[in-house]
Amino acid sequence: MREISLDEVTRIVKESLIKINYELDNSLVTMLKKAKDKEKSELSKSILDDILTNQELARQGNSPLCQDTGVAVVFAEIGQDVYYNGPLDEAINRGVRQAYDEGYLRKSVVKHPFDRQNTQDNTPAILHTKVIPGDKLILKIASKGAGSENMSKVVMLTPNAGIEGVKKLVLDTVFDAGGRPCPPIIVGIGIGGNFEKSALIAKEAILRDLNDESSDPIIRNLERELYDEINRLGVGPMGVGGETTCLAVKINTYPMHIASLPVAINIQCHSARHIEVTL
Amino acid sequence: MIHLKTPIDVSRLKELTVGDKVLISGTIYTARDQAHMRLIEDENPAFDLEGSVIYYVGPTPARPGQVIGSSGPTSAYRMDSLATPLMKRGVKIMIGKGNRSEAFRKSMVENNAIYMIATGGAGALLSSKIKSSKVLMYEDLGTEAIYELVVDEFPCFVAYDLHGNQIFKGGTS
Ligand code: SF4
Repeated sequence: MREISLDEVTRIVKESLIKINYELDNSLVTMLKKAKDKEKSELSKSILDDILTNQELARQGNSPLCQDTGVAVVFAEIGQDVYYNGPLDEAINRGVRQAYDEGYLRKSVVKHPFDRQNTQDNTPAILHTKVIPGDKLILKIASKGAGSENMSKVVMLTPNAGIEGVKKLVLDTVFDAGGRPCPPIIVGIGIGGNFEKSALIAKEAILRDLNDESSDPIIRNLERELYDEINRLGVGPMGVGGETTCLAVKINTYPMHIASLPVAINIQCHSARHIEVTL
Repeated sequence: MIHLKTPIDVSRLKELTVGDKVLISGTIYTARDQAHMRLIEDENPAFDLEGSVIYYVGPTPARPGQVIGSSGPTSAYRMDSLATPLMKRGVKIMIGKGNRSEAFRKSMVENNAIYMIATGGAGALLSSKIKSSKVLMYEDLGTEAIYELVVDEFPCFVAYDLHGNQIFKGGTS
């Protein structure tokens, strides 16, 4: 058994959330620069230029990248040989509380669907746990804004819909969302599992490294085809038309019932704020 | 590049067409969902709605020494059904992001008002155009309170104009 200090967990969660809200991932910045060079109209170029200047300013530390600093989403992969001297979820929420306070981030969580009272500290985090072999703790930490999350969906297709059915659903979803999720977007797709599993693997898909591709040849091909077809929709930066609607398409799959083909589409805006840390 | 000063001179709105880049200077007011609901019922708001500019934003808290925190636009469609009563009372420009409903667009034209977008997710850049900020109404709403902002050359793009055009590719209303 290895003991991981809960204070260390709190510190990592806090520092990670602050960092991702001020510093955009470098490979994302490179992709945005390439996207800007590809645009033909002054308008879409100028929007991508704003996004690039914005991340330079945010990096100086005076203002977060976006005013919607989101809900904290944490995937904790917990080694089965790890011991904690107390509740892990509380240590994580303590880190969230400290980050949103000390990092001057917006508290955007309300307690109840109808009375809408703010919890005042951006907790609780949305916490997903998984037990893994070994004595490590892997934390995937994200700040997820509502603009793109609100354009996401789960649809229960039937198996005969096939690849074409999935493609049509994804293209329609991205087109109908238009400028609202702050394109250029990253599209996370979960295919398989059941109703809730598809959503979970779609969320994990948007946390994948921006440059990786699926190791499954059929899925890799689908990722590439959807990337091209989404960009041919012409939605463009902030929906004003243009060459780049999505920066990446990531698909995760899971085995499913013989009668089901669940598909979840989780949309991530260009302000993709997440990080992975191993303790 | 077009410059507009607040309060907005209605006669200038006709010159605008979709895609125009507009720099707004003067005083503008923030309002999101909750503030809209209250403002509609409020007979004595603390500012003059005639010729006013409403910015859909809920900023992050200001760091010490800063005027305001990150201040980019929020999705405008959530305010579609709340916008008409305010346009009837004189609101002339609304700034947000993303597509809005057809019903909103029609009402906007009837009321001689304009919808503009600012770059979403560019809150650090946009906050650098805000020169002063104070909470004006509904302080209990926190980030959703109405702030009075003095802006200098705040960059927007015309998304819906008075001639019936709209800028967006894709997006259902
Ligand atoms: S969709 Fe993303 S970039 Fe746009 S306002 Fe929301 S969090 Fe910010």
